[in-house]
Amino acid sequence: MNKSITIKDIISKGLIAGVVILSLNVIGFITLLGERELITGWFSLGHVFLVATPMAVAYFTTKNMDYESKAKPIGVGFVIGAVSAIPSIILVFLETNTDLRQFLANVSPALTEFLTFGQGVVAGSFILLLFFAVMSALASFVGLLDKKIQHPLVTGVAWVLGIATFSEVLLIRIRDTFGRGVAKFIFEGETLNPIIALFIFLVAAGITLWWDQKGDGIKVTFAGFSPQKKKQLSKGRSLILMVVILFLPLLLGSYLTEVTNNVGIYILMGLGLNIVVGFAGLLDLGYVAFFAIGAYVMGVLTSEGALGLDIGFTFWTALPVAVLTAILFGIILGVPVLGMRGDYLAIVTLGFGEIIRVLAVSDVFKGTLGGAQGILQIPKPEFFGIRLVQPEQLYYVVLGGVLLAVFIATRLRDSRLGRQWMAMREDEDVAEAMGMNLVATKLMAFATGAAFSGLAGAIFASKLTSIFPHSFNLIISINVLALIIVGGVGSIPGVFAGALILVGLPELLREFAEFRMLIYGVLLIVMMLYKPEGFLPDERRKRESSTDEELSLAEN
Amino acid sequence: MSIILSTRNVIKRFGGLVAVNSFEIEVKENSISSVIGPNGAGKTTFFNCITGFYTPTEGEIIFDGDHHIEGLRPDQVTLKGLSRTYQNIRLFSKMTAIENILVGQHKHFKTHWLEAIFKTKGFIKEEEEALEEAIRLLNFVGLSGLGDQVAHNLPYGAQRRLEIARALASKPKLLLLDEPTAGMNPNESIELMHFIRRLRDEVGITVLLIEHDMKVVMGISEEIWVMDFGQKIAEGTPHDIQTNPKVIEAYLGSGAASGLNLGKGE
Amino acid sequence: MSERIKQIDILGVVMWFFRAAIIVAMLWGTIATLMDNPYSAKAWTDTIVAGIAQGSLYALIAIGYTLVYGVLFMINFAHGEFFMSGIMTSTIFIAIPMSESGYLDANPVLGLIIIALVTMLVSIGVAILTERVAYKPLRGAPRLVPLITAIGASFFWQYYFRGLYGSEVKPFPLIDSIAGKMTIFGIEILKSQALVIVVAIIMLIGLNLFVIKTKVGKSIRAAAENKDVARLMGIDVDRAITITFTMGAAMAGIAGVLYALVFRQVHYFMGFFPGIKAFTAAVLGGIGSIPGAALGGLLLGVFESVGPALFLEGLGVPSPHQLKDVIAFTMLVLVLIFRPQGILGERLAEEKA
Repeated sequence: MNKSITIKDIISKGLIAGVVILSLNVIGFITLLGERELITGWFSLGHVFLVATPMAVAYFTTKNMDYESKAKPIGVGFVIGAVSAIPSIILVFLETNTDLRQFLANVSPALTEFLTFGQGVVAGSFILLLFFAVMSALASFVGLLDKKIQHPLVTGVAWVLGIATFSEVLLIRIRDTFGRGVAKFIFEGETLNPIIALFIFLVAAGITLWWDQKGDGIKVTFAGFSPQKKKQLSKGRSLILMVVILFLPLLLGSYLTEVTNNVGIYILMGLGLNIVVGFAGLLDLGYVAFFAIGAYVMGVLTSEGALGLDIGFTFWTALPVAVLTAILFGIILGVPVLGMRGDYLAIVTLGFGEIIRVLAVSDVFKGTLGGAQGILQIPKPEFFGIRLVQPEQLYYVVLGGVLLAVFIATRLRDSRLGRQWMAMREDEDVAEAMGMNLVATKLMAFATGAAFSGLAGAIFASKLTSIFPHSFNLIISINVLALIIVGGVGSIPGVFAGALILVGLPELLREFAEFRMLIYGVLLIVMMLYKPEGFLPDERRKRESSTDEELSLAEN
Repeated sequence: MSIILSTRNVIKRFGGLVAVNSFEIEVKENSISSVIGPNGAGKTTFFNCITGFYTPTEGEIIFDGDHHIEGLRPDQVTLKGLSRTYQNIRLFSKMTAIENILVGQHKHFKTHWLEAIFKTKGFIKEEEEALEEAIRLLNFVGLSGLGDQVAHNLPYGAQRRLEIARALASKPKLLLLDEPTAGMNPNESIELMHFIRRLRDEVGITVLLIEHDMKVVMGISEEIWVMDFGQKIAEGTPHDIQTNPKVIEAYLGSGAASGLNLGKGE
Repeated sequence: MSERIKQIDILGVVMWFFRAAIIVAMLWGTIATLMDNPYSAKAWTDTIVAGIAQGSLYALIAIGYTLVYGVLFMINFAHGEFFMSGIMTSTIFIAIPMSESGYLDANPVLGLIIIALVTMLVSIGVAILTERVAYKPLRGAPRLVPLITAIGASFFWQYYFRGLYGSEVKPFPLIDSIAGKMTIFGIEILKSQALVIVVAIIMLIGLNLFVIKTKVGKSIRAAAENKDVARLMGIDVDRAITITFTMGAAMAGIAGVLYALVFRQVHYFMGFFPGIKAFTAAVLGGIGSIPGAALGGLLLGVFESVGPALFLEGLGVPSPHQLKDVIAFTMLVLVLIFRPQGILGERLAEEKA
């Protein structure tokens, strides 16, 4: 599909890109990311986000364009980039001449400094314009390249950016594993050495180039294997995966394991909400309530502080009580909303979540739940006399919970109950006419979801050793909802992917923390508009010809 | 032949509107019969009353001996042995064909969800049998090999058949088909007509149809009730109906073009 | 006939019991409080007046929910952010500079009109942008999909404005001429509260007339009734939808100004709870109905204000005023469970279900 492009189009597209960058600038996003240098002496994450918008606009505008000579699309890219710099240049001039900071908290001299590359207003603005224009022209140029060259090029850049972005974490791991020398060789300070960056780029691009040429052949060889051999291969792969999961803390070290544990808690919640929202189609915005209930039950039963009941509960005996209480509340809160339509159900569950949080903060239950001061001195879990204090130890508690939840969720999904949920999600009336009891089916979904969330809450309380009502606000529910939507509603692997992306990444990139909810908001909109099935959608299971199941597994 | 379904004085009002006005039918066991009538006559409302989607304002519906089913929920009606399809196909569109049929078999599943979690022998056996049965049904309606297709990807005619297969999966005694040939071309309609007859002859199910296509109705029905403005205006064999002046008037009067074609079935 | 007996399901009994329990608790609390009578008559009237003023704000915000739900059948979760965005912007760019230069005290009427206009413009801009980007491409999608994008939009705007103006609370300037109290019918009332009530009444009546009498209003009602038929009648449905959002956002903008006058502070998170409560008000009154939104807003405002003291104090609940939000959310839950069509609700709630 080829399109011709008018000057007006080019300018308006450039301006749209420009306004987006302007927005990112005035809310302080770019300045904040500017603090994370990627390649020593070269550029920061802020630069990447700054120039990504015009580059993307230029790429998509010129990709399907008609052209006689290659100069035309490249020229268009150049103009788009140049135009998109204008709003930011205006901002720079405004900032230097007036005190914008009294109005806009993040429009500061630091921003001007960043945007002008520290070269003064006039020269700096010119450099900015040129930077945008050249990079956008480059994006257009890359769009013209043959796939064979384009693919390795882009992959190489992506690897460099990825490694550079997470250099802080990688640095620690490499230093701990290979010693200070190696770390110093790869990283300068906390950023990637330019030469190493070039090396990474060449390796990644080279491998991609090789794979593009030879990969198909290898795939064919694989496809030619007998079913038995494929089965062996897939078994081997599962085995490797299991070993990696089992020894993950050794691989990751303390800090990353702690992050993984947090991700794990969200995975646990996500698996539960996935049953309620994904399988049964009931949008629950008050899901955090069950997390809170699980945590508070654990807290009250086991705390060694003033609020603990001190009736001999340990982590392991309190755990089932916490889960059962969550289930009970799942049913109690589920009953009144049974007859309710989807969107009203969402709001009512949100209301329930808030009621529970406000009650926890208030003085009403201060005597038992501690009001705003929360519950302190909750002991960490004990295992055969060993107190699990380190993240590496707690990892196995979280892992156990996650594995149990995955197991139950998978089994239920593939049973009659799972089909009932999905049928109900598709068409409630017809599902009822098939003879199923909607009340029982919905309550089962709420109860299972609440159970997983309660389990997550109980582990959370014990892991943190203290809980406060403000940890259980609506944001948690939205986080969990966002992660199952990003991963793929109704997909169990999707929960893992979503949690890694939405919970794992922001923990590694502290800069994102402040804008986490903003990014979630954008993600919710973008996913619904362009990828409603998520990144790892649930694959319809093959049943009729069950022997083919391994086949489809081996292909992926 | 005994009566499997009889409705007595069934009335359904929506505010001031009387959609079904003391409509009475008696469906004989192992028969194929039809309710016909111009658009908006209240046929689907009547079906909805029978299947529990609506509670009739007045009247009794007696099914399979002495079960009163008026006012039961749809799931309870289904458990009694009644099953239906819908005028505008209502499959579980994102589930596969096989899954649709498996959902239809719902009432025959006995194992508890705990057995599903522990994958007990009973559960595995039940699932295997259900799958076998589903594939058998799929083949029976002529959709062999399409089991792993997601329902909304199937062609229109196949969706109609799948809906019937899903309805059959609950092993009903009485099958209610709401305009099964809507949107089909004449060839497909005739094919479906033969299929409905096979259902009765081979599976032994009683079939009650709502249908617009007179060719189909006249071709396979043993008994026909004609509905207009919620009331029964005629009943009898196809021959009786074709010659009944009231029926002709109802169709001509309401200007339904299809009514003109009260042609011979076969 | 045994089947019929089974039909009286346990669920219905549970729900009935639930309803009775709440009524008993409310009555008990009320009687106990009144017997004890810890507050003076003046304290009660003050609470009720504050409730009416708060309720007027809810009513104005609820208009946006009601109009959009009437036309699109979606809960515009981001509506609270329309309310927040306008007043945040005009506080920082207009009100504070105007106050510092002394203009606002010298020309309070003109000053407030300028503030109101800027607030409305920003709110409308945010609303239209949200509608274009996040809702319009999803027309005809399953109901939950636009609800999810609306949640996304809500959080996006909150944190966008947090980034713009910072996370701290901004004071809205005090205007001398509406500071202090006045006496109407022997009741002492804050001037700012009186202003809120008067402005809200004028806006609500004006809007209702606009929707009933004008051609544009009729096109909106036609689109609410049946979009396809409206299109056949030559009505530009997309334009009607945009106008709906515009009107809702304008009302939210006005509500923002009034909020700032009463509470004298603005904050990036200020739209969230008023938004959800205004939705409660809209449902309480009967979603889709403008008089319903007004009634629902008033009822919610008064209940929320009087409720903690009246219902809870007598039950021996410690510091009941912390539970203001619980009263509001409980009302939300109860209304949606027992009377989703609301007090003045028409067929809408049931039919479009």
